[in-house]
Amino acid sequence: MKASLPMSNSSTVATDNRKRVLQFLGKHGILLAFLLCMMIFSLTTDRFLSTGNLLTVLMQVSILGTIALGVTFVVIGGNLDLSVGSLLSFATVLVVDLHDKVGPTQAIVLTIVFTLIIGAINGTLVGYLKLNSLIVTLGMLSAIQGITLIYTSGQNVDIQDQENTWFAFFGREAIFGIPVPAIIFIGLAIILQVVLLKTAFGRKVFAIGGNGVAAAFSGIYRNRMVFSTYLLSAFTTACAAIILGSRVMGSQNNVGQGYELQVLAGVILGGTSLLGGSGSIMRTVIGILILGFIQNGLLLLGYPYYAQWLVTWVVIILAVWLDIAAKRGRLLNDF
Amino acid sequence: MTAQSSLNTQTGDTPLLQLKGVSKSFPGVKALDNVDLDVNAGEVHALLGENGAGKSTLMKVLAGIYHPDEGEIRIEGTPVRMQKPMDAKHMGVLLIHQELSLVPDLSVAENVFLGSLPKRSGLFVNNRELHERCGAILKRLNCRFKSNIPVKHLSVANQQMVEIARALVFTPKVVIFDEPTASLTDYEKVVLFEVIRELKSQGTGIVYISHRMDEIFELSDRITVLRDGQYRGTFATRDTDEEEVTKRMIGRDLESLAEVESPEPGERIIEVHQLGIEGEFRDISFDVHAGEVVGMYGLVGAGRTQVVETLFGIRKPERGTIRIRDELVHLSSPADAIEHGLALVPENRKEQGLVLGMNCRDNTSLPNLAEYTRMGWIDTAKETEVFERYQEQLQIKTPGWYQATLNLSGGNQQKVVIGKWLSTQPSVLILDEPTRGIDVGSKAEIHQLIRDLAKSGLAVIVVSSEMPEILTVSDRILALYNGTLTRVFKRAEITEDDLIRAITGQSADAASEPVASGA
Ligand SMILES: Nc1ncnc2c1ncn2[C@@H]1O[C@H](COP(=O)(O)OP(=O)(O)OP(=O)(O)O)[C@@H](O)[C@H]1O
Ligand SMILES: [Mg+2]
Repeated sequence: MKASLPMSNSSTVATDNRKRVLQFLGKHGILLAFLLCMMIFSLTTDRFLSTGNLLTVLMQVSILGTIALGVTFVVIGGNLDLSVGSLLSFATVLVVDLHDKVGPTQAIVLTIVFTLIIGAINGTLVGYLKLNSLIVTLGMLSAIQGITLIYTSGQNVDIQDQENTWFAFFGREAIFGIPVPAIIFIGLAIILQVVLLKTAFGRKVFAIGGNGVAAAFSGIYRNRMVFSTYLLSAFTTACAAIILGSRVMGSQNNVGQGYELQVLAGVILGGTSLLGGSGSIMRTVIGILILGFIQNGLLLLGYPYYAQWLVTWVVIILAVWLDIAAKRGRLLNDF
Repeated sequence: MTAQSSLNTQTGDTPLLQLKGVSKSFPGVKALDNVDLDVNAGEVHALLGENGAGKSTLMKVLAGIYHPDEGEIRIEGTPVRMQKPMDAKHMGVLLIHQELSLVPDLSVAENVFLGSLPKRSGLFVNNRELHERCGAILKRLNCRFKSNIPVKHLSVANQQMVEIARALVFTPKVVIFDEPTASLTDYEKVVLFEVIRELKSQGTGIVYISHRMDEIFELSDRITVLRDGQYRGTFATRDTDEEEVTKRMIGRDLESLAEVESPEPGERIIEVHQLGIEGEFRDISFDVHAGEVVGMYGLVGAGRTQVVETLFGIRKPERGTIRIRDELVHLSSPADAIEHGLALVPENRKEQGLVLGMNCRDNTSLPNLAEYTRMGWIDTAKETEVFERYQEQLQIKTPGWYQATLNLSGGNQQKVVIGKWLSTQPSVLILDEPTRGIDVGSKAEIHQLIRDLAKSGLAVIVVSSEMPEILTVSDRILALYNGTLTRVFKRAEITEDDLIRAITGQSADAASEPVASGA
């Protein structure tokens, strides 16, 4: 047949290669980043790779991570949840304060109930009244902080008899050497990953985030689904609060301050799109671990703890840029 | 050999636009395989091919959206490189997309002039000039909407007109129309054709993609046929006929629909009585029996889509009743409607039909997830099996169930939407423009499928803007005008004239309902 004319090829190939690299980074960049960060820290510090240190990191990220699991569902559904930070403060204060007043079991149950009520308010406002999730949950962030302060009258709370309560199990004990918080985090992650990928509920969350109108035309109740995702993020926040309360056996009334951004950072770092419709629990876990390793590594290297804030920010910007770059690479094809 | 690759109308001139040996692959698909095309100044060059043949891909290569793996583009004889869409625009190539690519929240004028907004002191948008110029263009196109409303408030047809208006902002060398008439009615089509003839007389080269043979033979000077990504020849329109190009395109003769015998209708499945929504439609009463196909015909804005969306629980009726199998129902959501055995293939596949980022299989099972679920757990093997059944039946062209619907060609996306709703096994099937963007071969097959489904006992409602389609598939036709039902035709008594009169409100027939003017 005709000889093809390779005239414009060289440059095309070059841009195509660049595009491919960007796409690859966008897809697997998170894993590369993970390995890179493991490598750097294990080469520069000698304690980093020790089992003890790794378990410490796992333990430290478990609170952040547990919250991020629920928030991943919210984000895949196309919304944001910025209220989780002060919700964590609220729930932790509640469980600690109620522990001595009504006993551990009741405290746990009541905490979960009250946290779910707040999740339900978020869910109603965003799901049923269709208000913007950023505004709603940002407002909720300060509202709950207010409620918490009123509840404690500004005092910190703590548990009196810290030695003899089984409540210590959630935050202070270990099974086969693995801290219970880590077990709760990983266990919940596995369960929720399965829920996301294998159940009708998970499928519908992807659908409403991907195209809410088409989902509605397919008979999916968008409002109910959005509502449920907020319940879920409230629930995982309650779980995190129980771990935190049990570990500290007390609580300042602003312990969760700043968690909302760190959680979101982990979710984005894992590659869940802020536009909704795509994402995964497993990747959120990796995103959270990266944050944890960076913070831990910096401490081991002797940087002050506030250095981690700056570094975290840089990492997030990098992650978002990669996400966008990969999309642009693809966009050229997807028009 | 009928193919003539150098059939220049002006002998000796280099063609305005030349594509040579263009190839492009996507993972699992060779979309274009060594394709040639040339377009002369002042020529309408039609591009013909089945769904997924590679037409849109070729045009996107031309518009700088895709980079070809191989091949060359020349404009006025000079090889050019298109790195990005802006390059193509600067070289005078304008693509009017198959899938609308407007910015929903911007005004009509801003969309039309996007990228070339008139500026004041080089910084601020000159709104007065913007709207004046846009108003003039809209007037030329006979559009009756204002230039300052956001395009999201326009109907699909009007959005398409906005898209077309972009061709008139500056005088491009080449304009590509990718299925511009898929969502237009005859009225807007006439206007569009005038625009195309005008561009042509100014020496613009035009590439025209359509699945409608009558348009292609009315408009074009030459026809190039693609099949499975390969070049299958170029024909001078006056020297060829529908049969020949169709055969080239689908590789066999087109089967005509088996003669329709209107069957004895079975039990009455759905009955609508005096349905109305203020400002949309009123007093709509009809019924559909098992085994029957009822067509709904009317101009854009006649209220057809609103009526079927109300039946499907998307809009809330203010007046009137709906009965299914003689039982009064209140359908307050699509979920309710699905529960009662209804299915709606919606008008707009991209916005209402598909979750584009999801794969074909997951889209198919979406309205019917409960069927695939045991204790909350999805049986994916069953899902795959069901999708593959409809893929087979509807000839959906894709490397596999895992392909994101985003990556399918327009016509194949439409087939996924149809398959999705067939898979719910409805008793009332409503199709709103079911064959929009579907090639002639598959179209005949879908018409046959609609007849067969009716025969097997479904009640079918078909909304269409295409008269031949409505006449082919319907046992009865409801003519709508301005939100009212002006007349109901039985198959035997339809004439085109009467039908046109009924949908334009000039009902000569005294026996039919009077049509209030104005409202
Ligand atoms: N971005 C993409 N990724 C993967 N495959 C693609 C992509 N774009 C197109 N394809 C595939 O390339 C083939 C050609 O698609 P194209 O859109 O050009 O068809 P078409 O001739 O325009 O069809 P239609 O008449 O349905 O619009 C199809 O098989 C399609 O699935
Ligand atoms: Mg196409």
